[in-house]
Amino acid sequence: MTLTIDGVYKQFGRFPALTGVSLEVRDGEFLSLLGPSGSGKTTLLRVLAGLDKPDHGWVYLDGVDFLALSARERRIGLVFQQYALFRHMTAARNIAFGLEVRPRAARPSRTEIAARVEQLLALVQIEGLGARYPAQLSGGQRQRVAVARALAVEPRLLLLDEPFGALDTKVRKELRGELRRIHDATGVTTILVTHDQEEAMALADRVVLMNHGRIEQIGAPAELDAAPASPFVFTFLGETNRLPCEVAAGVARFEGFTAPVICPAHPADGRAVALFRPEDTRLDAGPKADGLPARVADIRGRGPVRSIACQVLGGQRLVAEVAEVAAERFEIGQRVHLTVRRVVLDTNGAGRRGASVEPATAPVRLTA
Amino acid sequence: MSSPSVGARRVAGPVPGILLAVALGWLALVIGAPLATVLAQALSKGVGAFLATFSEPDALAAIRLTLLVAAIAVPLNAAFGLAAAWSIAKFEFRGKTLLLTLIDLPLSLSPVVAGLVWVLLFGARGWFGPWLEGAGIKVIFAVPGIVLGTILVTVPLIARELIPLMAEQGADEELAAITLGAGGWTVFRRVTLPNVRWALLHGVLLCNARAMGEFGAVSVVSGHIRGLTETLPLHVEALYNDYDFVGAFAAATLLAGLAVVTLAAKTVLERAIR
Repeated sequence: MTLTIDGVYKQFGRFPALTGVSLEVRDGEFLSLLGPSGSGKTTLLRVLAGLDKPDHGWVYLDGVDFLALSARERRIGLVFQQYALFRHMTAARNIAFGLEVRPRAARPSRTEIAARVEQLLALVQIEGLGARYPAQLSGGQRQRVAVARALAVEPRLLLLDEPFGALDTKVRKELRGELRRIHDATGVTTILVTHDQEEAMALADRVVLMNHGRIEQIGAPAELDAAPASPFVFTFLGETNRLPCEVAAGVARFEGFTAPVICPAHPADGRAVALFRPEDTRLDAGPKADGLPARVADIRGRGPVRSIACQVLGGQRLVAEVAEVAAERFEIGQRVHLTVRRVVLDTNGAGRRGASVEPATAPVRLTA
Repeated sequence: MSSPSVGARRVAGPVPGILLAVALGWLALVIGAPLATVLAQALSKGVGAFLATFSEPDALAAIRLTLLVAAIAVPLNAAFGLAAAWSIAKFEFRGKTLLLTLIDLPLSLSPVVAGLVWVLLFGARGWFGPWLEGAGIKVIFAVPGIVLGTILVTVPLIARELIPLMAEQGADEELAAITLGAGGWTVFRRVTLPNVRWALLHGVLLCNARAMGEFGAVSVVSGHIRGLTETLPLHVEALYNDYDFVGAFAAATLLAGLAVVTLAAKTVLERAIR
């Protein structure tokens, strides 16, 4: 199975939701569509599910025109944020639904359906809860039922729309692992929509980072980390510090230190604003160390990493992440010198997060 | 539909007792006394005379007509209510607010006006009157007019029950069913309808009670032809005007009985919903 998305455009009123999205999804892959709200990731998912029709563009599944098929005919599994379980049916009946509504000729026998339901309940690890109604299940259990229901029809594609959004952090992390395990056990090609970069980076084989209806970058999580394609990618994937600098020959020059520019590939010389990660920021307590002079303002965090906020002379606050053992050497008020391992240049201010526009509430639409 | 006991506290002193007495006294005065009068008057000349009223051909005709009107108006309004609630709750479209307002209009419209509009449309001197007369179709002062008047008065009752519930439930379950391979009819029958069944039944009960009890709109379009175009409420009035008090009150017990049964069923249903 190969899914080819080619030049898809979609506009809601005057809001461009997708502006020319092209993407190839590989067989058995776990892909994540990541982006801020309004970036078009959910619209793309709805186009794939057949719930929205694109204005332009093509989608092929193994060379067959996927857009010509109705949502009903596509044989995809769709998992919603709010589960969308049939509230008047037990978990088992929910899971069986996709098999029961098949035309008589293609419908498995009652015993076959029952066996399949048991198998799926076991796969999502809620054996014994088949007789419960959705209202009698916890959020995590409901989402497990929803995943089992989607898998029951042996979908060619499993689509998940912010499936963990309604769950608390602990359950969310647990279900994440489960989802990856289920994917690996079934081999079903999976597309997960999320705005949570940690979730996408932890789960997916490849991450598709979207912004303003466009794909900013596609790549394995490690690739996105090592070589961000734009300041947006860099800021969206993690925390950043901002500091003015002077660029010359691909190197950013700060007061007291320099750092290589990893994005853009060929930076223009001159003044710029550098973005860099707390974990790429080093502090040195030695009196004669190189680096930007600063003063430790705050030390926070638990576990193996501490966040140390430093005040530089201009009044700016920069955060460094330091290993717990190393952090013991610092105390509030102490003078330190700050250096940075690598920076991304904030070209035309695109790196500022929150600049994206919320879409007008996407209209609820049935496309039967 | 929150339970009345929610938020109730026990308060010491005479205030709760006084309030309770006022409430019960008021209810006894405006509901209990009239109901008792109806029963007492109906039975004032004995059970025989009471029962004899219902063997009158005109009374039987009125009961039959009332049942017929309800049997036509309620299913039509149920179908309309489902369609309207479905479209309003699950789709975005232009004119949605207008549709909502129109559905609510009969609630604030005097029933007499609801009858009159049909006369203006289909009466002998109405817009379509001459054309209908030419075709030999009688609407006003006939059963079709009564049905139309009743439908207009009862149109919001079922839709109003369904819209908030369907809006709250959203369309996700239907979308899920479609992606699982269900067709439109299957989705309606196996997902949408079961999700609103109690509210629908609730609305049908209310609509039925109102359809059978409607006086104003029906009175305008009926023409009061005994045995032909008189529904039960009109029959009660006619008997009363003829000084047949036993007959009038006996027929009224039927309507009152209907109200009690509806209320009881409504209470049971509301428990079931919760």
